[in-house]
Amino acid sequence: MNEVQTVSGLLLAGILFVLGLVGVLIRRNIIFMLVSVEIMLNAAGLAFIVAGSKWAEPDGQVMFIFILTMAASEVSVGLALILQIYHQLKTLDGDAANKMRG
Amino acid sequence: MQITFYIAGAIAVLSTVMVITRFNIIHALLYLVVSFLALATVFFILGAPFAAALEIIIYAGAIVVLIIFVIMMLNLKAEAVDEEKRWLTPQVWIGPAILSIILLGELIYIISSMETTGSIAQMVDAKAVGKSLYGEYILGVELSGMLLMAGIVGAYHLGRQKKKVIHRFLEDVEE
Repeated sequence: MNEVQTVSGLLLAGILFVLGLVGVLIRRNIIFMLVSVEIMLNAAGLAFIVAGSKWAEPDGQVMFIFILTMAASEVSVGLALILQIYHQLKTLDGDAANKMRG
Repeated sequence: MQITFYIAGAIAVLSTVMVITRFNIIHALLYLVVSFLALATVFFILGAPFAAALEIIIYAGAIVVLIIFVIMMLNLKAEAVDEEKRWLTPQVWIGPAILSIILLGELIYIISSMETTGSIAQMVDAKAVGKSLYGEYILGVELSGMLLMAGIVGAYHLGRQKKKVIHRFLEDVEE
């Protein structure tokens, strides 16, 4: 019974990760892209929790806490960047920030 | 226990789909909160109550509130929704979506063909996590403290607005 739960937990993590990836790829609004990156990080954390629950060890939850820390600092810096882009370009279009012709 | 796991997982997937397809960003954030709550339920079922609490407090609480604050600061008008509708046309999203679905199919194939050995269902409580966190992972805790500090300094530096200089003689000394 628990084995099924491990496999389906990893499947859930994979599905959520792919949904976040689709979000990053198809949206042009940079706030939506940031939210999708959050979804992907959360899916990675879910995979760690599932693995930690399978072996009944606390290491998975420790890694989840590290991912949480990283997500928090990433979202604060990302939102500061979004504020700057909005003030410079007056739009939330990610394609508008192409002055470097990348 | 098994059925609650599947229900919570289904809610998480459905609400995440709603997040990436909404035109109004506040509606998307509401679905994002639902997705995080469903994932917290999944964590609880998997025997990680401390991680479930952190998921609700930090993800559904702090991070979503931070994003909402920034949206309020940007002061978006009603035209933003129409703009989103113009940006999200099928010819834009169909290609990446198909490629990602192929990737998902491969992931599902790999995970379900994986050979797993039996394991014991056991609750890992906050005490064990804390012992591990401040025992063998103490270096990681210190490094994440530094990362948070760098995040604070970076967000302050990037988010600072340039001062408007009123006097014409002072224009050269601007920042």
